[in-house]
Amino acid sequence: MSVPQVATTPVKKLGARGSGARGEARFAFLLLLPAALVVFGVVLYPVARTFVVSLFAVDSPLPGSYPFVGLGNYTRVFRDPDFYGVLGNTMYFTLVSTGAELILGIAVALLLNAPLRARWFWRSLVVLPWALPTIVNGALWRWIYNGQYGALNGLLEAIHISSTPVQWLGSPFLALNMVIFADVWKNTSIVVFFILAGLQTIPSDLYEAARIDGASAWSAFWRLTLPLLAPSIAVVLVLRTIEAFKVFDIIYVMTGGGPASGTQTVAFYTYLQAFSNQLFGYGSALAYLIVVAVFAMAMVYLRLLRQGQMAGVE
Amino acid sequence: MRHSRNYMIAIHIAAVVMAVVILLPFVWLVISSVSPATDLVSAHVHWWPAHPTLSRYKAIFSSSVGGGDNVAANFRLAMVNSLIVAGVTTAISLTVGALGGYAFARLRFRLRRTSLFTFLTVYMLPPIALVIPLYLALANLHLLDSKIGLILTYCSIVTPFCLWTMSNYYLSLPADLEEAARVDGCSRLGALVRIILPLSRPGLLTTAMFGFLLAWDEFLFALIFTSTSNAKTIPVAIAEFTGKFSSDFGLIAAGGVLAAGPPVILALLSQRFIVGGLTSGAVKG
Amino acid sequence: MNLSETTQPLELVGTGPTRRVVLTVGGGLGLATFLAACGVGGGSGASGGAGSGKGAIRALVMKQAGYSEEDIRKMTSTFQAANPDIKVTLDFVAYEALHDKTVAAAPAGTYDVVLIDVIWPAEFGTKKIVADVSSKWPASWKEQMLGGAVATPQYNSQFYGVPWILDTKYLFFNTAHLAKAKVDAAQLDTWDGVLKAARALKASGVTKYPLVWSWQQAEALICDYTTLLGAFGGTFLDESGKPAFQHGGGVQALEFMHQSITDGLTNPTSTQSLEEDVRRVFSAGQASMAMNWTYMFGMANDPKQSQVAGDVAVLQTPSGPGGRPGVNGSMALALSAQSQNQDAAWKYITYLTSQPVQAKFALSSLPVWKSSYDDPAVVKTNPAVIEQAKKQLADLILRPQVKNYNAISLVLQAEIQNALVGKKPAQQALNDAADKTATLLGS
Repeated sequence: MSVPQVATTPVKKLGARGSGARGEARFAFLLLLPAALVVFGVVLYPVARTFVVSLFAVDSPLPGSYPFVGLGNYTRVFRDPDFYGVLGNTMYFTLVSTGAELILGIAVALLLNAPLRARWFWRSLVVLPWALPTIVNGALWRWIYNGQYGALNGLLEAIHISSTPVQWLGSPFLALNMVIFADVWKNTSIVVFFILAGLQTIPSDLYEAARIDGASAWSAFWRLTLPLLAPSIAVVLVLRTIEAFKVFDIIYVMTGGGPASGTQTVAFYTYLQAFSNQLFGYGSALAYLIVVAVFAMAMVYLRLLRQGQMAGVE
Repeated sequence: MRHSRNYMIAIHIAAVVMAVVILLPFVWLVISSVSPATDLVSAHVHWWPAHPTLSRYKAIFSSSVGGGDNVAANFRLAMVNSLIVAGVTTAISLTVGALGGYAFARLRFRLRRTSLFTFLTVYMLPPIALVIPLYLALANLHLLDSKIGLILTYCSIVTPFCLWTMSNYYLSLPADLEEAARVDGCSRLGALVRIILPLSRPGLLTTAMFGFLLAWDEFLFALIFTSTSNAKTIPVAIAEFTGKFSSDFGLIAAGGVLAAGPPVILALLSQRFIVGGLTSGAVKG
Repeated sequence: MNLSETTQPLELVGTGPTRRVVLTVGGGLGLATFLAACGVGGGSGASGGAGSGKGAIRALVMKQAGYSEEDIRKMTSTFQAANPDIKVTLDFVAYEALHDKTVAAAPAGTYDVVLIDVIWPAEFGTKKIVADVSSKWPASWKEQMLGGAVATPQYNSQFYGVPWILDTKYLFFNTAHLAKAKVDAAQLDTWDGVLKAARALKASGVTKYPLVWSWQQAEALICDYTTLLGAFGGTFLDESGKPAFQHGGGVQALEFMHQSITDGLTNPTSTQSLEEDVRRVFSAGQASMAMNWTYMFGMANDPKQSQVAGDVAVLQTPSGPGGRPGVNGSMALALSAQSQNQDAAWKYITYLTSQPVQAKFALSSLPVWKSSYDDPAVVKTNPAVIEQAKKQLADLILRPQVKNYNAISLVLQAEIQNALVGKKPAQQALNDAADKTATLLGS
């Protein structure tokens, strides 16, 4: 029994038309040109301008003469005592929500990949949370969590778990967790779809081979499925981490950053500084620091999920 | 089949549990949308209203557009706007991303890494950072309060995402497929279009769904760049159901139920394609 | 089985680029940066112009509060009929979007008229987002408008707009509840009396938490705090402009708030509630007394949305040792500083804020003109509220009118919440807030 070779040797070794590195580069250029036009056509100027603004002490949206501060805005971030609490909230939010979405996402994807009856029905259900706009999702959960007339308290009361209403959004740490729950409820669907697509690429005869070898279901999952899913997991991790660092809408609707700043995440804090306080220089610096942080985290994921020798494309 | 009966029971129970967790909040959304306003504020939760009312849905569907406080009627327009904007954005971004992603996955060229990172930077930036200069840029192009303006803006966010996802998806496909095709005399482009893309359907669909969602859900840019029902999208319309102080959650719920409709339908229609996928046959040999 | 040679996630790092590459990329970026830098390190901003008094103007106003969309459209069409040379386009947005849109649109000069909240003239005026219209203000207005109205668009004794929507918070109470608990409504004239009444209501079992407030970490919290600060005779800033809320009345106000929670008189949900939540709780009969804006009166008495319709009465803000000023929650129409058509825009603003127009739509929003309150037609629209409004609107307290009010508000919101949820004692919370505020004011 042999394992099919799925090496990733680059295509360039072949001859034929457009051969060699130059042909390849040209082809790549052609393929990327539309993307570059679409992405940078409109935003190149704003992206560049925002970076430039982060180097000045800008405190108004209007053009004018502002003092150049170089990296002053960036260092100010680290001297800002409120920032650390916000950063802590963000790290917690990112780790917990991404982790939960991943675990639940893989579990549900495996479930949907199993021989269920009427699979289309179960798969369609998973679409529902994804389809609900975040704005509505936030309002819905705010409504459910309401301490006075919310359904969650009502449910707990109905099944006799507790009769005193709990203020779900009343204390900072609890509120953060409840927001995470609402976010996970909605976004696990996406993880499910990604992992499901990844599962489809695993040839089924691998499982047959494992079974013949006498491997148990759990061991097959751990040693066969999971490593093969590593690329999909990496992709999803990076995406969800980016989204978690950018999370804004649900906090805007559910808690507005409270109580006691407990649900203020970095992106929301950036909004407050840039728009409510009109400190655009500072806000822009915060935004670029977010990019740096996310990039760093992405690198960590990719390193961790790398297996064996990196034999892939350059 | 080969699976034991216990296994079948177990997975079906798990499926039911999953269904309950997904559906409960949704069911509550629907119930709230038909509950009269007084029920929504009462002390004890009314699991089902004594006098369910479809008045909110009626308001959304029947009232005339444009004049007065017809927030509900303008919702219909917002729905259309959202569908157009999200649909076109996804179509453009997916096409462009599928092509460009291939370059990152399979081709060698200078600046490969730098350019990928540059694209991703745009996606990593929180929207807040770009609002004002982007507003100015759109104003100069006379694209404020227009669907095209929103589409252009969203494409710049969704495309990097598509590039990233599709390039990773291509990496999961075996490389010998292109080799085989090119040995057979196919051009690079031909190999891409005729062999790789059809095999990438699950990846394309997943990317499309997530990309659609990014555009469908987007709130901040829509809020700032649109002002009339020419371009207002659903999140903005729903946000306007709340007044300075007042809000009717039932109306928001009704809006949410309706807003979830089209994406669900789209997802159902594309079910078949997600189910398909790489068969082991392509790998052997 | 070793499957480690399978696919690898796309790597983002690797060997570095060549020198030529670096130069080309660097050059490109440098060019973009240079272009972007224009207008940040130097260069003047565009400024507005008076225009010809004719042409198209664009106004940014609010949906769903004060005057309704329909009201405003009616006003506008009448205006356009009388002024055929001026064409008005209206943009309606939710209140939350009003500030952000005004800021985002400022460089582009999209709007000629913007509706601004009472807390924004300092910010918008100093940043030249709205124009100084002091020279356009007729002296007669200062006499003919209510005091609270005149104060609304002011900063540093300059006027940055014309008041249009007047509002303050009143004390609403449930007459049936009070009757059941045998509490005399006259007690509610002072905050001490309110507490006594609350205790009686709680003891008699009429309501578990007789009071409910909008103390979520948002501007609403500061509005309530302002009311109490005024009642206890505190001030936000002293004469030299330094923080003063951490002394005297300011501290007593916060301690009052915290105490009412620990005593079980205030509904614990208050710390996550906004005005709408207050209305809902009150309308469900689960609170006996609540502070809220004018709008609540109509809705709480509407049988279609309230279970206590008919039992709702309204009173002035209760008085404390320092008086009974109501919090000024008004809004004004302002001229955008970037507008190229300021004369036409000013004509529109004066029309909308004129006495006849305001009197006509008094049901939606109370007029800013003193004499309107004696006009029988106006009184008829909402007699119970107007009776209290007459007294209250003449005595309003403002939140600090400083150019970075938003930042200070955020600090206060966070610290007051800290005290309310028990994270810090009231005095310490306010001391911390004062320290941060002093830094903000100094910058």
